[in-house]
Amino acid sequence: MKKHVELKNHQREIFYFRLRLVISIGFVLLLFGILLARFIYLQVMRHDYYQTLAESNRISIVPIVPNRGLILDRNGVVLAHNYSGYTLEITPSKTTDLEATINELSTLVEIAPRDRKRFRKLLAERRNFETLMIRNRLTDEEVARFAAQQYRFPSVEIKARLFRDYPFGESTAHLIGYIGRINQTDVEQLEENELAANYRGSDYIGKTGLEQSYENELHGVTGVEQVEVDSGGRAIRMLSRTPPMSGNTLVLSIDAKLQEIAMQSFGNYRGALVAIDPNNGEVLAFVSKPGYDPSLFVDGIDPQNWDEMNNSPDKPLNNRALRGQYPPGSTIKPFMALAGLHYNTRAPGHTISDPGYFTLSGSGHQYRDWKKGGHGSVDMFKSIVISCDTYYYGLATELGIDNIFNFLSGFGFGKKTGIDLEGETSGLLPSQEWKTRRYKQKWYAGDTVSVGIGQGYNLVTPMQLAHATATLANDGVAYRPHLVREVRNSRTNENRLIENKPEFDLKINPAHLDLVKRAMAAVTQPGGTAAQAAIGAPYHIAGKTGTAQVVGMKQGEKYDASKLDERHRDHAWFIAFAPAEKPTIALIVLAENGGHGGGTAAPIARKVLDYYLLGKTPQPLPDVPENEEEQHD
Amino acid sequence: MTRRQLWQRLTAHIDWPLLLGISLLMLASLVILYSAGEGNWSRVLGQGRNILMALVCMWAVANLPLHYLMRTAVPIYLLGMVLLIGVALFGEVSHGARRWLNLGITTIQPSELMKIGVPLMMSWYFEKHEATLTLKNYFVATLLLLVPMALIARQPDLGTAILISASGFYVLFLAGLSWRVMGVMFVAALASAPLLWSMLHDYQRHRILMLFDPSQDALGKGYHTIQGMIAVGSGGLFGKGYLQGTQTHLDFLPERTTDFIFAVYSEEFGLLGNIIILLFYLLVIGRGFIITANASTYFTRLMAGSITLTFTTYAFVNMGMVTGILPVVGVPLPLVSYGGTSMLTLLLGFGMLMSIETHKKLVKT
Repeated sequence: MKKHVELKNHQREIFYFRLRLVISIGFVLLLFGILLARFIYLQVMRHDYYQTLAESNRISIVPIVPNRGLILDRNGVVLAHNYSGYTLEITPSKTTDLEATINELSTLVEIAPRDRKRFRKLLAERRNFETLMIRNRLTDEEVARFAAQQYRFPSVEIKARLFRDYPFGESTAHLIGYIGRINQTDVEQLEENELAANYRGSDYIGKTGLEQSYENELHGVTGVEQVEVDSGGRAIRMLSRTPPMSGNTLVLSIDAKLQEIAMQSFGNYRGALVAIDPNNGEVLAFVSKPGYDPSLFVDGIDPQNWDEMNNSPDKPLNNRALRGQYPPGSTIKPFMALAGLHYNTRAPGHTISDPGYFTLSGSGHQYRDWKKGGHGSVDMFKSIVISCDTYYYGLATELGIDNIFNFLSGFGFGKKTGIDLEGETSGLLPSQEWKTRRYKQKWYAGDTVSVGIGQGYNLVTPMQLAHATATLANDGVAYRPHLVREVRNSRTNENRLIENKPEFDLKINPAHLDLVKRAMAAVTQPGGTAAQAAIGAPYHIAGKTGTAQVVGMKQGEKYDASKLDERHRDHAWFIAFAPAEKPTIALIVLAENGGHGGGTAAPIARKVLDYYLLGKTPQPLPDVPENEEEQHD
Repeated sequence: MTRRQLWQRLTAHIDWPLLLGISLLMLASLVILYSAGEGNWSRVLGQGRNILMALVCMWAVANLPLHYLMRTAVPIYLLGMVLLIGVALFGEVSHGARRWLNLGITTIQPSELMKIGVPLMMSWYFEKHEATLTLKNYFVATLLLLVPMALIARQPDLGTAILISASGFYVLFLAGLSWRVMGVMFVAALASAPLLWSMLHDYQRHRILMLFDPSQDALGKGYHTIQGMIAVGSGGLFGKGYLQGTQTHLDFLPERTTDFIFAVYSEEFGLLGNIIILLFYLLVIGRGFIITANASTYFTRLMAGSITLTFTTYAFVNMGMVTGILPVVGVPLPLVSYGGTSMLTLLLGFGMLMSIETHKKLVKT
């Protein structure tokens, strides 16, 4: 009986399964029926319509490229804009002998060897059916001359195009960056981000700087025109038009005038300067010197200029402020002092007696102070004012690398600041873990000693040091530095402010801050290492000088600038904020191979501060005889 | 062993009617690729290589005994899950989606593996609990489907997620899920549509919206649809003739060797050609249903039915997409579009069908 039931169930099951199978077959036939109906609709009922579209007339979809957004400084001064100009363009597929066409053209308008080289480069990387530029920025006269002879050149036409222009040229080059022609890599990138459609018809894309990092805001939305074209490709009539939307305008926190003054103040020095409003993270000046002429890149740089820039020992293409990595030298000392107070390693009043060197117990190795014979009795306040090395050798050793790492990474050392530019480097804040990973070696006590004066494994970028200085100036409340203050919608004229909420609060003891800030203010007073640069300033500058060794000194060897090749001389640092009591600007100056921070970097900072705080345009500082104390470090 | 015996041994597990249908479609693929590739042999040769490799794999799977096939279900499914989670965590981003996993030697797309893995696992699960099927079992099987589907949808790869849920749904359907529950699922799906909509990526919403008005996105995917419809429509009754398609050869048609290959074919061979292709597909699908109906065990019935119905869905979705009745979701035309991975996945499925058909006979005798 039981067996009978099971058998029946099995048969029932098969029956139900077959039923479902029949339904499935019906489903398949339904789907194929839908397809067949669609085929008949398209290929029989609407055949004439599509036939017309496909053969006698074709719909051509013409993209309309939007105007690229402007870039303005905080006061509305234009840093990047577009202007329209005429270009002479060739369609290579319409001519049989390109060379002959170009030669003939050159009898009408001037075609320089540089233009020919660029044309050949464009030819090599062209996309389908493009017209290629042979000359840009035609004068009205040239346009007229060519227009009269146009019938002789079926493959050549005059086009009106928009050109990008950077009025401040070199001084904003590393900040604004430049646009350049879209290359294969860009195309792949765009396809990956599903943006290729919006770039149909676009020739340019941001390559570096803000032009790159805000590409999505600046580019705008491409419009489209559907036109009917005949079989020869000529437009017969417009069917529909969606207008393009211009790119958004970027309003920067940069002050263009300040930027220029900063650039000029460097004189012949190479280096970097970053100034930040510590109260909100707005970057006021962002200088990397030398710069370069960004307009050279817009239409594709010619090989000669490229080689010149690329091979120059000055490395003008290197964005020092964002990517340069240097030992921080003595500018690390205020932060080390805070660490000493924080971990109770040093009481403010604790005094050491400085014989001019520090001996690491158990090794006998001597670490020298910059001042032969030492500074005598030194407490924390004095250690900052006169930049005593011995004090910090000892402090670092007692703190230990773990505490140093933990405290300094709070200030952003060894990390990207997150500024709104691409390609930032992260410097290096060494730790035990890092050394094991990098060198497969354990951390030695001796490694810690020179970290204390910013001369060990540690490296900072100017951007990073500026960020840390601003955080210190703002009592440990950090803002992510940013260059763009607001984005102005081109259509609605609405402003979208870039948020500037504090990123984090280090919660530093106010008494500790007070001591370090007072000491930094004394750095620019008589007796301090940067006293000379602050003479006559009607406001107080809190600062710290620094010197970063480019080449190592052997034990017992003396540094002598005059004996060294210029490019092996020390880098000069100055970090500062002002007014010292209630800072509205924090800045750092790096002068490559500038020697002493107080002598070279601090005067540059003074000119920038004078303009920012007093509105004063710089004039040469009074010549005061230099003495060693003020000059060094 | 004589040559004749060897031949018999090698071909013992080939299902000839199925192979005929598959071969006709592959032949069509090579013919169309020559035209779509502008008379360039590289795509044709590449596809030939894809076909040969996939055929060898199909043959190998066809020779696997059924119990062996069943035993692969859990490992394949688990491997697929591990890889999918790997993609979610460490996957490479390409075309704005995280689909590929770099294994050092090669990059793989685990969602492809799951096209087989999910129905295989679900069929295995139903077979295990065949004697005592309750609503709970259907619920567990649905979970087996939903988890990988959610991972794939998150990548985001909407096309593959939909196809895999279809293949899983077919297993549920064939396993006898009651109409009432299906009704409830349908209502639940409708009700959750607004929620799903809010979870979609902008570009996915855009694609669905664009379906109703392709001209909205005339520079992007809408361009594909418009040009595809022009190609198909202008093909007319008999087509423009082989190598004569103007849409194709004047560069109007995008992705003509992959997702839009059907537009190339349809423009050159017209409605008549379309009907022939549909018949080729019906030959394969019909044979698939016969194999399903004859299958000896619960597992093989479910698996064979799901493979056949999924194949149908692929073909429908692709042709529907090219002719503008479905959104552009990036599904290739099965056995015809250029591409090694999809060819391999499909033929692994057909290898299973052949194994199901030929081993059943051996079991009986």
